[in-house]
Amino acid sequence: MTTPEKTDLVTLTIDGVQVSVPKNTLVIRAAEQVGVQIPRFCDHPLLEPVGACRQCLVEIPDAGNGRGMPKPAASCTIPVADGMVVNTQATSAVADKAQHGIMEFLLINHPLDCPVCDKGGECPLQNQSMSNGSGESRYVEQKRTFPKPINISAQILLDRERCILCARCTRFSEQIAGDPFIEMLERGALQQVGIFDGDGAERGTSERLSHPSGRDGDGAERGTSERLSHPSGRDGDGAERGTSDPSRTVEGQPFHSYFSGNTIQICPVGALTSSEYRFRSRPFDLVSTPAIAEHDACGSAIRVDHRRGKVMRRLAGNDPEVNEEWITDKDRFAFQYARQADRLTHPLVRDRVEDGGSGELRPASWPEAFTVAARGLAAAGRGAVLTGGRVIAEDAYAYSRFARTVLGTNDIDFRARPHSAEEAAFLASEVVLRMPVTYADLESAATVVLVSFEPEDEAGTVFLRLRKASRSGTQVVSVAPFASRGLTKMNGRLIPTEAGGETEAVAALADDDQLTLDATTVIMVGERMAGTPGALTAVTDLARSTGARLAWVPRRAGDRGALETGCLPNLLPGGRPIADVAARVDVAAAWGVETVPEKAGLDTDGIIKSVTAGDIGGLVVGGVHLDDLADPAAARAALAAARFVVSLEIRETEVTRAADVVFPVAPVSDKAGTFVTWEGRPRAFEAVLSNPGSLPDLRILAGIAEESGVPLGFRTVAEARRQMDELGPWDGARAPAATPPKVKARRLARNKFWLASWKQMLDNGPMQDGDDAMRQTSRDAVAVIPQGTYDVLKGATHVTLTGDRGAMTLPVRASAEMPENTVWVPANSSGNGVLADVASPGSAVTVKGGTS
Amino acid sequence: MTDTLTPVLTDNWGTDRSWTLEAYEAQGGYRALAKALAPEFGGPDAVVSEVKESGLRGRGGAGFPTGMKWSFIPQDNPKPKYLVVNADESEPGTCKDIPLMMASPHTLVEGVIISSYAIRANTAFIYVRGEVLHVVRRLQAAVREAYAAGHLGKDVHGTGYDLDLIVHAGAGAYICGEETALLDSLEGRRGQPRLRPPFPAVAGLYASPTVINNVESIASVPSIIAHGADWFGSMGTEKSKGYVIYSLSGHVKKPGQYEAPLGITLRELIDLGGGMREGHQLKFWTPGGSSTPILTEEHLDMPLDYEAVGAAGSMLGTRALQIFDETTCVVRAVLRWTEFYKHESCGKCTPCREGTWWLAQTLARLEQGRGSESDLDLLLDQCENILGRAFCALGDGATSPISSSIQYFREEYLAHLTHGGCPFDPMASAVFAPQGAQA
Repeated sequence: MTTPEKTDLVTLTIDGVQVSVPKNTLVIRAAEQVGVQIPRFCDHPLLEPVGACRQCLVEIPDAGNGRGMPKPAASCTIPVADGMVVNTQATSAVADKAQHGIMEFLLINHPLDCPVCDKGGECPLQNQSMSNGSGESRYVEQKRTFPKPINISAQILLDRERCILCARCTRFSEQIAGDPFIEMLERGALQQVGIFDGDGAERGTSERLSHPSGRDGDGAERGTSERLSHPSGRDGDGAERGTSDPSRTVEGQPFHSYFSGNTIQICPVGALTSSEYRFRSRPFDLVSTPAIAEHDACGSAIRVDHRRGKVMRRLAGNDPEVNEEWITDKDRFAFQYARQADRLTHPLVRDRVEDGGSGELRPASWPEAFTVAARGLAAAGRGAVLTGGRVIAEDAYAYSRFARTVLGTNDIDFRARPHSAEEAAFLASEVVLRMPVTYADLESAATVVLVSFEPEDEAGTVFLRLRKASRSGTQVVSVAPFASRGLTKMNGRLIPTEAGGETEAVAALADDDQLTLDATTVIMVGERMAGTPGALTAVTDLARSTGARLAWVPRRAGDRGALETGCLPNLLPGGRPIADVAARVDVAAAWGVETVPEKAGLDTDGIIKSVTAGDIGGLVVGGVHLDDLADPAAARAALAAARFVVSLEIRETEVTRAADVVFPVAPVSDKAGTFVTWEGRPRAFEAVLSNPGSLPDLRILAGIAEESGVPLGFRTVAEARRQMDELGPWDGARAPAATPPKVKARRLARNKFWLASWKQMLDNGPMQDGDDAMRQTSRDAVAVIPQGTYDVLKGATHVTLTGDRGAMTLPVRASAEMPENTVWVPANSSGNGVLADVASPGSAVTVKGGTS
Repeated sequence: MTDTLTPVLTDNWGTDRSWTLEAYEAQGGYRALAKALAPEFGGPDAVVSEVKESGLRGRGGAGFPTGMKWSFIPQDNPKPKYLVVNADESEPGTCKDIPLMMASPHTLVEGVIISSYAIRANTAFIYVRGEVLHVVRRLQAAVREAYAAGHLGKDVHGTGYDLDLIVHAGAGAYICGEETALLDSLEGRRGQPRLRPPFPAVAGLYASPTVINNVESIASVPSIIAHGADWFGSMGTEKSKGYVIYSLSGHVKKPGQYEAPLGITLRELIDLGGGMREGHQLKFWTPGGSSTPILTEEHLDMPLDYEAVGAAGSMLGTRALQIFDETTCVVRAVLRWTEFYKHESCGKCTPCREGTWWLAQTLARLEQGRGSESDLDLLLDQCENILGRAFCALGDGATSPISSSIQYFREEYLAHLTHGGCPFDPMASAVFAPQGAQA
C-alpha cells in the first residue's frame, strides 16, 4: 500500500474547521471528514457526479482563488481546492434555506404514502426531509400522479409518482452494469424513468399521465392530452381510455440485466421495488445479518434480512475490496430455494429389501441414521466421496478428513462438472494456497486475458470490476468462440477460438502483435479449461514465460475452499500434496492417526467408473446435480450400481431418491461458514437463522465418523475452524507442474461442428428455484452459429443440435466472428442441459435448421 | 428618425431572392471570406484578434466577448476542433435569427467559414430549431451552393483549408438552446445540460474543443472582417459595441426587425415602429425575451446596452422587445410564460422541474382570483428558491417575469383577488380587439 504523498493533499475550511483531503475529493465527501452530512439524493460515491437533485447546495464564499461563488453550489460536483472556504447548512443560513427550498420542491409531487411504502423506515427522502426539511408543506395544489406500478421487468417494478428523478438507476445501468435499457423519458415534472424503447415505451407511458392543470396551451401537448387523465375533469372523457390496457407498459425491450436489483437498493425513495419483496415487510421489522453470497466464487458481501425465521430479502453489502456496493440479481433474489416444498427436514433411511423391508425411504432419527450410515459404509467396501460445489470450507474440510480417516481413501473430488487429471495437477501446483490476483489488481492491470471464462455469466462481480477497469483503460481480451454481450460491454477484444481449440489459441497469444503480455497482465482461466486437454498446461507455460499473473476462476462458491481443504484425489488439507511423504506425516500427526492413504485417489469420473464396475461400493454424496457431471448417464448408472449411498442434501434430488441414507443439511442461511473467493480470499460469515434441525454437513459427517469409531475431532463449525487453523497451510514443496497430457489430434467429420457451451448466470439451476420473477429476467436460450452456416440455413429460425446423447432445438442467432466449425448453446437453459441432452462440450454435433 | 438605423445584417433582406448565392455575391458577399483567407490578412490568429478588437459580444443573450471565447480553444489539443452555431432560437419573443437565416442564409454561412478558419476547425455545425423547416431548407440550399462555389469542402478558395458544414435540425426543445444541452442533442442524446467543467472550449462536442456561438454573432463576423474592427467599434456604446437586431413585437404599429447600434432607447425604437397601438399607452415590456425581468415606461429612455439594462435590474438578453399596452393583464401574461417554462423544463434538476410546476399552478389560481396576498410572498419565495439553485439558466429565467411583475404590479395581482378573477377583458389586448373592448 502506498500512502498518499503530502502534495496530494488539499487543505480547505468547511464550517470553520480546517481539513486536508486528497486532491479531487468532492466537497460533499470532504464535509463528511469534518462530521457534516450534507443531504443528497443523486450523489453516489460509485457513480459519476451529475448535480441533478441540487439538494447538497452549500455556500462557497471563497473557491480557493479569493473569489466566492455567486450562487449556492452543488457540493457533489465541486472538487476541493486549496484555501477553499465552504459553509454548509450547519453554518450558513443561505445554504440551509437553499436546502429547505429544494426539499420542499422534491416533496410537492411526492406522495405521502410512507405508511404503505416499502422504503418507509429506510428512506433517504424520508430521513433527510426530517433532518433538513420543513415539517409542513406550503403546497396546496394538485400533485402529479401516475397509474402504478409499471413493470420495468418481471422483477423490477416502478412507481413513477414516487420517483424524484435523481437518475441513480439510469446512471447505474449505463455506467456500472452497461445495460442501459432504462432511460429518462418525457420532460419537466412529467419526466419519468422508462424502458429504453423509444416509441413503444413513450406511448405506453404518456397515455397514463394524469395532469392537474390541463391547460398546457401548446399544440404538441394537446395531441397527447386528449388521452390524459385529468383529475380536474376538464377533459374527463378520454381519461379512462388510456389506463385500461395494462399490457402496454411491459411491451418493448424489458430491463434484462443481471444487475438490475442494484437499482432498487440505490433508489433514494420507494420508486423501485422487486416483485420478490414488494409489500412483504417493513424495514423496522427485519433483522439484518451480514453474509457472503453462495451463488458464485466471487465472495460478494451481502446483507440478509429476516423476520420470524424467514429470509425476506437480501441486499448488497459494502465491501470495497470485493464487490464494492454491487451484487448480481442471483445473489440478491435467489434464496427461495431453501424454502421449497421439497426441502428435507429429517433424516431418511431405506428399509432394504434384503433386510426384509419395503425398499422405501422412511423417516429416521438422527442417531439411527448415523448408525445405519456408518454400518452401511463399512459393509459396502471401498468408499468414495463427491462433495459437490456448494460446500463451505469447513464442510469441505470435514469431507476431506472423513474420506481419509473414516473411509481410508483418497477417492474424493469436489468437481461436479467436466474435469481432468491435468486440472487436478494444475490446481495442486499453480493454484492452491496462492493469491496472485485480487479484485483491485484487475483494476490496475494493463491487460486482462480471459480464457474459457465469461465473467458476466460465470462470476458477475468479477465482470463489474473488469468493466470498471475497462472504462479506465484496462484492455480485456477473451479467448472464446464469439463476443458475448459481456465482452462487448467491456469493450473487449475477441480472439475467436473454436470449441476445444483453446490450447492452440493460448499458445498463439505469445506471438500476438496487438498484445503485450508481461507482469502487468492478468490471465483469468475458467473452470471450463479442464475440458480442453493441454489448455491448462499451455496457459501455465504462457504465464511462466511472460511473467503474467494467473488466476483460476471456478463457478461455484465452494470450489476454492474445497481445493484448499484437500477435496481432491491428489491433495490433503492445506495444499499438502499426497505424493509428499512429509505432508502425509504432517496430516496424520495432526489428526492423530497412524497414516493417511498414500496412493493418489480417483477423480469424479474415475469414482463413477469404479462404482459401476463394482470396485467401489460406498458413496458419500454432497450437493451434486447429476446433469452437471461430464457424463450424466454414467453417473446415473453408477448411482444405481452403488452398494451403499449416503446423501447429504438440502432438497430432494435424484441422489436422495437413490440413496440408502439421506441427511438433510443446512443451507447457508442456517449455518456459519467460510467461502473462499476465486482470489483465494477467505470470507467467513455467521449464521443468519438459528434452526436447530438444520445441521451443517460437517456435523453429520462427525456423527457418522463417531458411529464408525473414528471421530473427526469436531462437531461444530467453530471447532472445525480451530482444527483447520491448527493444521495450517503447507509450507513444504508444492506439487510439481502437470505433465502435459498426450493430446490426440481431433478430426471433425464433414458437416459437423464442435460444441461450445457455458452456463448463463440465470438459468435452470436448482438454486434459482422459487423466484419466478427473477427467472423471467434470464436471457433467452438461443443457439449461436457461424454466419456462414446461418446463411446456408436460409431463413431458419431454429436449429436442432444433435450429439451422441441426443438433440436440442433452440432459436438461432448468427455470429460473424465465430469460427466456422463451432456452435454454441447455453449449458443449462433448456431441457436437462447440454451434457444430458446433447453432448459434452468440445465434442462434435450436427446442426439442422428449421422454422417454427 | 430613420437615420438611427444601421442596416448591416438586414441590409440585403429586401433584395430580390436575397437568399441565393447569386444575390448575396452581387452585394459583395463572400469578399470578407476572401479577405480573411488571403495570406496578407495574417492567418487565423489575425481573424481572432480582429474580432477581439471589434468588441463583438455574443448576441445569444449572455453577451460574452466572442473573440475571447475563440481564444479559449486550446490549439495544442490534438483532437479536432468544432464550431457549432446555436440556431435553436426558441425564447418567447425572440425572432431575429430565423428571419436572418430565411432572408440571408449566406451571411451566416460566410461567418461560419471565417470563424471556423479562425479557430482552426474543419467541421462546423448549424443546429437549427427543428420546427422551422423552411429555414432548414434555405440553410441546406445555401450550404449546397457554397460547396458548389468552392467556399466549403476541400481546399476552400485554393488555400488548402478544408471545412465541412452540417445543418442539423433539432427536435423541438427549448432546453437545446442551452449550449451544453445542444451539444448532447447534436451528439444524438437526450438534450439536457451538462455539468461544467469541463467547458465546451475544452471538451465540448464529442469531448473535443468546441466554440458555440449564436447565429447573429457569427453573422456579424463577415462585416467586421470586411470593414474592420474600428468601423464596428464606432457604433454602439463604450462597452457594448456594434449593431444588433432589435425584434419589436406586440402592441406597436409596425412590429419587426430593427437593426440599430447598441445603446438606442426603447422610445426611439417605438418611434421607429410607428408608435404604440392607436389610443393606447405602454404598460410593460421585456428587453430580451421572457427570461429577462420586465420593465415599464419609466425605462423608456434607458440605453439598450448590456450595462444600462443590467443596472435597471434586467438583462439585455436577445433584444426581443415585447411591448404590452395597458389592455394587457400582467398576471395573464406571466402565467402564459410560466406555463411555457413548465412545459419546457427539461426535468433534470429539482428546482426548475418542480418549481415551474408549482409556480404555474399558484399563478393559475391567482388569475382565477383564488388565494390571498400571502400567495404573492409564497410566489416570491419559490422564485428565490429557484433562482441561482437550478442546474442551468432556464430555471433562473422562469422566475424573472414573476418576481419582476410582482415588483411593478403587485396591486394588479391583488386586484384579481378582490375582483374574484381577472379584471381585464382579454379581448381588448388582442390585435383584432373589437370596438368597445375596454381595459
